[in-house]
Amino acid sequence: MSFELMSNLVGAFFTLCIFSFLYKDNPFYQMSEQLLVGISLGYGLVFTYERIFVPFLWQPIVLKHNFILIFPAILGTLYLFRFSRKLGWLSRYPIAFSMMSIGMGVPLGIHASILVQMRQGMVPLETVNLFLIFLGTIAVLLYFFFSKAHSGSYGKFVNVGKWYMMIGFGASFGLTVMARISLLIGRIQFLVNDVFGLLK
Amino acid sequence: MKKTIPLFVVIFGGLIFVAYAFSPHKFLQDDFYNKFYVPWSYAAAPFAALLGIISLSMMHTSKIKRRAPKWQFSYFFFAGFIVTALAGLIGGMQKGGLLMWMFENMQMPMSATMFSLLAFYMASAAYKAFRARSMEATVLLVAAIVVMLAQVPLGVKISKHLPSISQWILDVPNLASKRGIGLGVGLGSVATSLKILLGIERSYLGGGD
Repeated sequence: MSFELMSNLVGAFFTLCIFSFLYKDNPFYQMSEQLLVGISLGYGLVFTYERIFVPFLWQPIVLKHNFILIFPAILGTLYLFRFSRKLGWLSRYPIAFSMMSIGMGVPLGIHASILVQMRQGMVPLETVNLFLIFLGTIAVLLYFFFSKAHSGSYGKFVNVGKWYMMIGFGASFGLTVMARISLLIGRIQFLVNDVFGLLK
Repeated sequence: MKKTIPLFVVIFGGLIFVAYAFSPHKFLQDDFYNKFYVPWSYAAAPFAALLGIISLSMMHTSKIKRRAPKWQFSYFFFAGFIVTALAGLIGGMQKGGLLMWMFENMQMPMSATMFSLLAFYMASAAYKAFRARSMEATVLLVAAIVVMLAQVPLGVKISKHLPSISQWILDVPNLASKRGIGLGVGLGSVATSLKILLGIERSYLGGGD
């Protein structure tokens, strides 16, 4: 048995273990699920160690003698006090340090999520499509405005926003299903070509 | 000491970040952000990851100790975690090593299959939504079917106009609804950020004194 075939058989075994959930919950699925979480966490640990800890903490301190970085390392270790009932409050310090960047979120959020979108929405209504986009955006925004009762002609206009959202959700649903179907096709191709093809 | 100093750090640091976003001054752009905040954040980040690892391990240990339902499977979690971590820490992350072999032949097939399973569950959810027989559910499904069929050769065989109808759905009603929702989300996130910055929202500090 070649190494490639053995590797593919391992992949095929775990693929079938996960697919077995389509029949019902079973020990093979449970085993694969926990194994997947464990392997992902192990990979995350190694990735953090190799790509963050070594280049941004270990090497600057040990090789470049940038001892000031001992302070953020101590700050980081305060996270671990989360598990202590008595000293749990110490973990608020590193959390507060990371929360500082929320200040950047205010101006950048206003720019990216509000101003740019409004600028794109407020263009001359030269075509029917541009008019429909403008109408839909206003209707959707008003749909979530609850300070005025959704009744009468206002309620009818606001209802247009609901239809726009249904079409939007349908489109997102369709695209997501197709993405999942392409993954499914990939797994079936793996089983048929890479595993059963090599077994022949 | 327990809550006031962290709160002060968030408010004071947050205001510096507001200034950073507006001002191109060297002190803010280079000294504060590039030379202080970024290296300090990277240096503290591995410990946050460690917190997550310890937390998950403690959860599984307690599950085994309590003999909670399906506790036996927690051993597979530990087996996967320990073997992968040792393979990576001893053997490295290069291609051809045990870590990458496990990633390519165990992690990747399992996660891809897990996501592909969702295709079946989404189809079942669509069927349930269709059974509701409401006008909204019908519009949602018609839009979904048009978008789905337009992506495959079968759709073009049914009608050559299907791809352009699908593109119109994506470019006009879909764009309008996403823009409306996006504006609402943007306003909400800015309001929440402001509440944190002004010290009104403090739930991130956790409970207790």
